[in-house]
Amino acid sequence: MNVSETNKTYVKKMRPSHVYEGRGEWLFQGILIFIMVVLSITFLYPYWHVLVTSLTSPDAAEGSGFKLWPKVFSFDSYNQMFHTKTLWTGYKNTLIVVVMGWAVSISLNILGAYALSKKTLPLRGTFTGIIILTMFAQGGMIPTYLVVTKTLGMKNTYWAVILPQCVSVSHLVIMRNYFMNLPQELEEASIIDGANSFQVLIKVILPLSMPMIATISLWVIVSNWNAYFNCLLYITDASKYVLQIIMRRIIQTDSKEMTYAGELADQLETDTVTLRAASIMLATIPIICVYPFLQKYFVKGVLIGSLKG
Amino acid sequence: MRQFLLRVRQHKLHLIMILPVLAQFIIFKYLPLYGVTLAFKDYRILEGISSSPWVGLFNFQRLFSSPDFFRVFKNTIILASLNFVFGFPAPIILALMINELRGKVFKRVTQTISYLPHFVSWVILAGIFMEVLSPSRGPINAALKALGMNPIFFLGNPDWFRPTLVVTNIWKGLGWGSIVYLAALGGINEELYDAARVDGCGRFQRIYHVTLPGILPVVIIMLILASGNLVSDNFDQVFNLQNDGVINNVGDVLGTFIYRSGLKSLDYSFSTTLELFRNLISLALVMSTNKISKLVGEYGLW
Repeated sequence: MNVSETNKTYVKKMRPSHVYEGRGEWLFQGILIFIMVVLSITFLYPYWHVLVTSLTSPDAAEGSGFKLWPKVFSFDSYNQMFHTKTLWTGYKNTLIVVVMGWAVSISLNILGAYALSKKTLPLRGTFTGIIILTMFAQGGMIPTYLVVTKTLGMKNTYWAVILPQCVSVSHLVIMRNYFMNLPQELEEASIIDGANSFQVLIKVILPLSMPMIATISLWVIVSNWNAYFNCLLYITDASKYVLQIIMRRIIQTDSKEMTYAGELADQLETDTVTLRAASIMLATIPIICVYPFLQKYFVKGVLIGSLKG
Repeated sequence: MRQFLLRVRQHKLHLIMILPVLAQFIIFKYLPLYGVTLAFKDYRILEGISSSPWVGLFNFQRLFSSPDFFRVFKNTIILASLNFVFGFPAPIILALMINELRGKVFKRVTQTISYLPHFVSWVILAGIFMEVLSPSRGPINAALKALGMNPIFFLGNPDWFRPTLVVTNIWKGLGWGSIVYLAALGGINEELYDAARVDGCGRFQRIYHVTLPGILPVVIIMLILASGNLVSDNFDQVFNLQNDGVINNVGDVLGTFIYRSGLKSLDYSFSTTLELFRNLISLALVMSTNKISKLVGEYGLW
């Protein structure tokens, strides 16, 4: 079974069976639709709730219950957040990590996967073994921490956030399989024309692989946008905190000490609840905005990945 | 040998291409393996790994005599089992329901909505759930109060923390997890349904006799992959949702314990020992599930 075939059957799937179904069918469909609507509401309501809270005037925010519309509409919390330096530092650092991380990941993955897709590559089995084995043999948090901070001296650099995670076995395998399924003729033709492997890769292979590269790029970008753990481990310099770490500090309430959100709220003379809600929204909105348009690429990728290689 | 060298020359550029990936794996995956020796050493920060003294199985003794370890280990197993029992079938059921839906647009819209939580990090979701599940401000507790019940502190009450983790975990992964099954459902031969219909099967009989066997191979592969998770807890989820109310009882799992003993208490040896122990169990679990599923049927991961 190759990739395009499965995608086709997945899209094509629309059973004409209901022609034979009797009256029970209407009831059945009704129940299904009801369940799906309830599910969709449970998926969407939490974001809506926070959005409404963030748009409520800080004085009116303490109310409880379902929030369908702000009681007293106000942009105050957003205005306040826009004036904090922390937020912009977070956006800037996240942007750096996302762009650098994407560039490093995608180029390493493409180069490695393309080389591994060559069936006559010397030591191919050894290389594959080295890569697959890491799924089972892991050093763990502290040993990796020591390598990154002591051996490489990368503490407080963006590299520490990006490099330890930049190649993933599953992405490599998906890409390699995709390259192996491409028609060989074009490649051979350009080799005869005198192109070397790098030129073949850039001029022939990459243009043919754009859908797959788009999917993997999106995965890499989303995971870098959401990543916080490496930053938590390796970054102690507050001017290099990524957005998620700043969010974590704003969101986490620690009863032992004054909360970060509380500090910010005092500085800004606003309410913690709305401030927290506004910052949650600011960190989520970029994803929610692009998501509906890119969703189909993500799904396509899962289907490519779910096939055994 | 001559042939090998010939192939090397032929693939010179390909070998250069694979170098960065190999370097990444060697530096960030294999170099840390040396650090696993910390589990058998008494790590002294000033002396480094290699000159710290060997202590044999002393760290494992510490591990097994620590009351924290058993509490955390128990929590991990309970939480993972709950997640498995409720979380594994959930996406399959969702996929079956979506598969039976007729309206094309409705189907696509609900699918799109259900994938959304997958893209939001636990850092952010923790903030959202704190709001929605809050005993004073949250809508769920407002509803409970309206019904005359006492509000429940879902995240801070040890009795409610586990169910909350399980439900929120399903909420996040439900839609995304269903994609694989939907793809498998799309691959089932249409004629099988027609044949079943001719034989007089009703809707649920068709689901039982055609649909379920049709997606069984995928279910088994997912089952094997899920079995390794029995000890590798949802670190991101627990880490971001845990709080002072639950951290000393039900709200602590192996992952968070490894993190705290390593980076908060700076007990590197202990943390490494814990993680080694966890990885070994996880490996054993995946291997044995794979073995069992090979014995039972012809499906296996490798």
